[in-house]
Amino acid sequence: MSGSGERGGLARGLRLWFAPERIREEGRTPDYRFSLANERTFLAWLRTALALVGGGFAVDQFLPELRWGVRVALALALLGAGALCALRAVNHWVRAERAMRRGEDLPVSRFPVLLGLLVGAVAAAMVLVVLLGRLR
Amino acid sequence: MTESRDPGLQPERTRLAWRRTTLSCTVVAVLAARQGLHDGRSPAGLLGGALSLLVWLAFLGLAHRRARELDTPRPRAAGLRYPASAALCVVALAAFAVAVVV
Repeated sequence: MSGSGERGGLARGLRLWFAPERIREEGRTPDYRFSLANERTFLAWLRTALALVGGGFAVDQFLPELRWGVRVALALALLGAGALCALRAVNHWVRAERAMRRGEDLPVSRFPVLLGLLVGAVAAAMVLVVLLGRLR
Repeated sequence: MTESRDPGLQPERTRLAWRRTTLSCTVVAVLAARQGLHDGRSPAGLLGGALSLLVWLAFLGLAHRRARELDTPRPRAAGLRYPASAALCVVALAAFAVAVVV
């Protein structure tokens, strides 16, 4: 079981999506304060996702002088990152909840780094695009 | 009731976290509606805006129900239902946004 690795974890996580009550069968119920903290972390990630979706709308609405292709590419990058961030937030919530029930270490993730890099890249691209548009 | 109050106000903080998230969702829904009205000539824009408002209503209901559950000194942990539905709302908003933008 322990050797099933990342893929086994993903499959188990997916099964949980469709049988949510099964998360309560594993391990022991942690202190309710830990679960609430996990819920707040999830909500903070969800707000990040909403901010990214809002950013996608904003690019489309407030930079109308951009060429269609550039504008849509930037908007799609932000919207895609938002959707991904929301899905990953649920997955991370499930993993943390399960780890707490089993008394294991909390899961680590490289998602924050990836998201940070993506947001930095989109911001840099936006600065460039707006500056070039002004200079023209 | 009062003597079993959580000294760290954890339920209260979690309830406010749901409220903040609802507020963020409202901002996105307003942007979606604005977009839909702005290019009202395209049916995709109108449909995307209308569906976004429906998703916003669903999120409001969800957050309200969880906030009521949290209104006890020692609330139960959220089942997967709440996080999954909330995330689904956000994904739906992103999908409608794609329909409106492209």
